Amino acid sequence: MTELALRVAAIDDAIPGIRRIRLVPRTGGLLPAFSAGAHLVLAMRDGPTLRRNPYSLCSDPEDRSGYEIAVRRAERSRGGSAFLHDRLAVGDLLSAGQPANLFQPDWRGRRHVMVAGGIGITPFMAMTATFDRLGLPFELHYACRSRATAAFADLLVARHGARVTLYPSDEGRRIDLAAVVGDQPLGTHLYTCGPDALMAAALQAARDAGWPDQALHAERFEAPPPGDPFTATLARSGIEVTVGRDQSLLEALEAAGVAAPCLCRGGACGECATRVIEARGTILHNDHFLSPGERAAGDRIMTCMSRFTGDRLVLDL
Amino acid sequence: MPPGSATAAVHRPETFLPGTFRDDFSYRNSPGNIPHFPFPFAEDSYRYSVNIEPHVPGRPGSAFEHLIDVDEHYLSEMADRARVLEEDPLRYQALPHMMLAQWDVLELLMEEQARAYPHLFTLTKDGDRWRWINRPMGIDDTFTFGDPATLPREPFDYIARQTQGDHAILDQRDGNLWMDAGMITAQADWSLDFDVGMSFHEWHAPVPLAHEMGVFDRALKFLLNLRLGQPVRRLNWTMTINPRLDTSPERYPHWGPDRMTVTPQNAGRKVHLRVELQSLWRLPRSNAILFPIRGYLMSLDQIVTVPKWGRRLPRVLESLPPELVEYKGLSRYRQTAIDWLKPYDDGQPTSPGIFPD
Repeated sequence: MTELALRVAAIDDAIPGIRRIRLVPRTGGLLPAFSAGAHLVLAMRDGPTLRRNPYSLCSDPEDRSGYEIAVRRAERSRGGSAFLHDRLAVGDLLSAGQPANLFQPDWRGRRHVMVAGGIGITPFMAMTATFDRLGLPFELHYACRSRATAAFADLLVARHGARVTLYPSDEGRRIDLAAVVGDQPLGTHLYTCGPDALMAAALQAARDAGWPDQALHAERFEAPPPGDPFTATLARSGIEVTVGRDQSLLEALEAAGVAAPCLCRGGACGECATRVIEARGTILHNDHFLSPGERAAGDRIMTCMSRFTGDRLVLDL
Repeated sequence: MPPGSATAAVHRPETFLPGTFRDDFSYRNSPGNIPHFPFPFAEDSYRYSVNIEPHVPGRPGSAFEHLIDVDEHYLSEMADRARVLEEDPLRYQALPHMMLAQWDVLELLMEEQARAYPHLFTLTKDGDRWRWINRPMGIDDTFTFGDPATLPREPFDYIARQTQGDHAILDQRDGNLWMDAGMITAQADWSLDFDVGMSFHEWHAPVPLAHEMGVFDRALKFLLNLRLGQPVRRLNWTMTINPRLDTSPERYPHWGPDRMTVTPQNAGRKVHLRVELQSLWRLPRSNAILFPIRGYLMSLDQIVTVPKWGRRLPRVLESLPPELVEYKGLSRYRQTAIDWLKPYDDGQPTSPGIFPD
C-alpha cells in the first residue's frame, strides 16, 4: 500500500547524456504531493538484479499526475543509470517508495539562494517551482559545461527570468561565490547540489562571510563507492554475506534476504546505522551521517555507503 | 458490557451527545461508546515504553477503526474548544513559516474525516477549487486551496476547530523537530504558548525518567525519518478530576483544587482516566509532521463496566513509580482511586492486550 506502482509515461533525451523520465500511477489517479528537495527510491528489475537507487524529484510538487526524475549516464555506472538509459522504455512498470526529503527548504528563510552544478540542478527544479508559488524570494546560480549541456536551463530561464543565472564554463563564466553570498539579507538560506568541489566552495564562501551553519544546506547524494570485496558475518542470522566490488553492503544484505533497515540509500539519513560487534580491520566510512567521534568509535556502520577492509567484520543483524 | 459489541459494531456516529466539560460537567459516555474507549494498559503492571506502532486502521468499533476518530462527543468537544479559544486566543498559534504545513494539515484532516465518515463530511475537489461540507456543524464552504484569503480563518485554525483532539505541527530542520504551530485546548497540563518554537528535547524536558533512558534521543531519530504515508501512533495517559478537557497551566486555578475534592464516595464519578491517542504523520508539501493528540475521558464507574479493565486498572495504579505519580499529578487521590477500584478486582487473571474480552 505504501509502495507506489508506476508506469513510464515519457522519456526525453533533450540533453545528451541526461534522460528525463516521467512516471505516472499505473492505475490512474493522483500521486501523493511531495516537498521540494524530495527524492524517490526507485526499484528497478534488471534481469536477476533488483536495483534500488535514489533520484531527486525534478517536477513541480503540485503536479500530482506524475513524477519526473532526470538521470545522468554515469561514466562508470554501477548499473542504475545504464539500465535507465539503455533498457528502460515507455510503458515499462516500476515501483518506488514514497517520496522522502533530506534537502528540505528552511521555510523560515527570508531569501533562498541556490547553487547548482551539472546534474545537481534536479532538486532545484522542484524548489524553484515551490518558492515561486509561495512568493518567496530566491535566486539560482547554475554552473554548467556549456549552454547546450545544461539540463532544464531554457525551462528555468523561461519560468523564472532574471532569478536564474547560467555559468557555462566554455564561455569562461564562473560563479563568484563570495559575491553571491556577500550581499544577502540576514535570514537568507543557501542550498547547494552538484560536484563535491562546488558544494565545498559554496559552503566555505558562506562560512567565510559569517553565515551560520543552520543556514547552509547541501544535498550529498552519491552512489555507493566500489571497492575491494569483503565478507560480513551476521551474528543474529548466523550467515556470512560477501560484498562484491560494485555492490554496497546493503545491497549484498538484501540479495541474501536479510531485512536490513534503510531509507535514503545515500549515506545521509542514518536509518541504516548498524551495530558493529567486532571489526578486525578498518571500516571505510563513506556516509555523511556519523560524526568524526562516532566514526572513530567504530561501533556502527552505515550499510548503504560504507565498506570494510580487514580480516573479520561481525554485525548485529 | 453487551456481548460482542466491541468487535461487531462498526463505528458510525449518527447522533451526538450534549455533554459539558466544565460547570455542571454533564459529560458521560453512552453505554455503546464504552468499548470505543482506547484503554491504554496492555498488561497488569506499568512499564514505561515509547510503544510506537504503525497507525493503521484497527478493530472495528474501537478508537483505532479510523485514523482520525470522530465519536459521539464531536459537537460538544467542538463547542468547548470554541469557548476556550474565545477566552484565550493564544491556544492557537502558528508561526509565519508554517503556512504550507497548514495547508497540508487542512487537506489531511478533511480527506481522512470525509473518507471515514461520508455521512458527516464531504470534500469535493475541482482543481484548486475545493468544497467542504461538515454536516454536524452546518458548514458548507467553497475555497481555493493555497489561498488563505478564501477561508474565514487560517487553514489550520479553520480545520482544527472541526476536528476532535488537539493538534501540533512540528517543523523539521537542523536535525530536530520544532513545535511551530498548534491548536491546544484540551491538554493535560502543558502550554502551547510556553512551548511554541521549542525543539523536541526542550518541550519534553519536564518528563521524568525517560531522558535518562535515552527515550527521547531514540524517538527523535525515529521521527526525523518518519515516512510519508506511514503514520505511527502511541497511547499516553493520565487522570483528571471531573470530565474537564481544558486542564491547561493557564487555567490551573480552575482545576487544580478539584484534586482535593475526591472522596471514597465520589471517586467513581469524579476520577477519570484520560487517554491520548497520539499519532504522527509526515506531511507531503512541507515535510513537517502533524501530531494529533486525540483525548478520551472515562470515569472509573464506567471503566469498571468492562470487567477486564476493572481488574487491571487498580493493579496498574499500584505499580506506578513515585516519580510518575508526581509528574502526572496523581499524588493526592491515587490511593482513593485504588481503594474505590479494588472491589472490582476479583484477582482473576486478565487476558493480554487492551481490548475488552
